[in-house]
Amino acid sequence: MRKVFPDARSALEGLTFDGMTVMSGGFGLCGIPEFLIAALRDSGTKDITVISNNAGVDGFGLGQLLETRQIKKMISSYVGENKEFERQYLAGELELEFNPQGTLAERIRAGGAGIPAFFTATGVGTLVADGKEVRNFDGRDYVMETGLVADLSIVKAWKADERGNLVFRKTARNFNPMMATAGKACVVEVEEIVPTGALDPDHIHTPGIYVDRIIQSTPEKRIEQRTVRLREGA
Amino acid sequence: MPRTREQLAERAARELQDGFYVNLGIGIPTLVANYIPEGMTVTLQSENGMLGMGPFPYEDEVDADLINAGKQTITEIPESAYFSSADSFAMIRGGHINLSILGAMEVAENGDIANWMIPGKLVKGMGGAMDLVAGVKRVIVVMDHANKHGQSKVLKACTLPLTGTGVVNRIITDLCTFDVKPDGSGLELIELADGVTLDEVASKTEATYTVKAGVG
Repeated sequence: MRKVFPDARSALEGLTFDGMTVMSGGFGLCGIPEFLIAALRDSGTKDITVISNNAGVDGFGLGQLLETRQIKKMISSYVGENKEFERQYLAGELELEFNPQGTLAERIRAGGAGIPAFFTATGVGTLVADGKEVRNFDGRDYVMETGLVADLSIVKAWKADERGNLVFRKTARNFNPMMATAGKACVVEVEEIVPTGALDPDHIHTPGIYVDRIIQSTPEKRIEQRTVRLREGA
Repeated sequence: MPRTREQLAERAARELQDGFYVNLGIGIPTLVANYIPEGMTVTLQSENGMLGMGPFPYEDEVDADLINAGKQTITEIPESAYFSSADSFAMIRGGHINLSILGAMEVAENGDIANWMIPGKLVKGMGGAMDLVAGVKRVIVVMDHANKHGQSKVLKACTLPLTGTGVVNRIITDLCTFDVKPDGSGLELIELADGVTLDEVASKTEATYTVKAGVG
C-alpha cells in the first residue's frame, strides 16, 4: 500500500465531492497545507463545510476557496483577517459557526478519538452555550460540546516517512495533529519525505495509522505579522 | 495623572510571581513581558502551542513556523516547548496556567467580562479568550477605565455579549485598580494611579464599589 503520491492533485483524487466537510490545519497562515488547499480549489468541489481555526487571508490559504465561492460554511474561532470573508458573510452568502479555540481543538481531538461529546466550562453563560446541555459537576456548570469528524482532513507537517509517520515543526503543529486523526481520509503535505526508518520512533508526533496519502511540497510560508527587533548598535 | 500604556503594563507586571506560567493577551498585556522583574522566572504561554516564548526575532532569525497567538514572529529560548493546540488548551482549561492578563471592552462588578463581540459590527471571533477566562487560575483585566466616548467600562452589568461569567479577579485601569471580591459582594477599590482622586474615579465609574481602608 503506497501512501506517497506525486502531487497534490493526484493525492485528492477520489476523495472530494460536493457538500463535503473538510478539516484544514493551521493557525493563521502558519502550518497550513498550501498545495492541498490549491488542489481542493482546482478540483472545483462546491458547498464545502470547512473546519479550520482561521479563514486564511485574501487570496491566500483558505481565502482562495472563498474567492471561488466553494465554501458554504466555516467552523472557526477567529476570522478577522479576510475582507472577502467579511463581504460574503455580511451578504448572507456564507454560514459561520464560531467555536472557542480550545473547544474547537478539543472537538476535533474528541472526534478523532471516538468520543461523541464532552463537557467544558468554556463558554458557560455566553452565546456559545445557547441551546446546549449544561450540567453541574462538583458545583460548577459545564456545557456539552460534541466531537467533530470530517470527510477529509488536509494537514501540513514538516517531515514524513513513507509509512506516514509525521513530525511537525515549532508552532506550525497547532491543529494539524488532531485533524489528522479526525478525517475519514487524511492527506498530508510535508517539506521532506524520508525513508521509513529514518525517523526516531520516539520523536514521531503523529503515527502513520492516521495518514492515508502524503505529498512533498515547497510551501511559500507567508508571514502575517513580521515583527522584528533591531540589533543594538545597528 | 492616568497611567500611560507603559505604566499600565508595568503595574500589571507587579502581579507576576517567580515560577509563574502566564498567558498574555494582545495589546497592552503583551507589553507586560517588557517589565518582568530582574531575577524572576516567568514562562510565557502562547495558546497556539508554545511554552517559553522568547523576544521578537532579529531580521535574520525570522521563521514562518514560529509565531505567537497574535500571529507575530517570535523566537524560542532554552526552556521552550512546542505542542498541539489541543494540548495547549488542556493546559489552559485544566488550570495549569497561573495567570492570564487580557484586555476587555467591559467588565462588570460580578466579574463578568465582555471582550469579543459588538453586535451589528463585524464579528471576528473569540479565539482563545473564552477558554482562557474559564480555565486560568487568576484572570486580570488591563484596560482603559472609559471607552473613547468617555463612558465607563467598569459596569454594574455588561451590555455586550459575554466572554465569561464571574471569572475576573482584578481590574487594572489607567485610573485605579479594583479587586472583584471572592465572596461575590462586588468590587473593592484597592489603589489609585498617582495623582488620581477618589472623586475622579467615582465620576467615571458606573459600577458600585467599596474603597479599601487607607486608599485616597
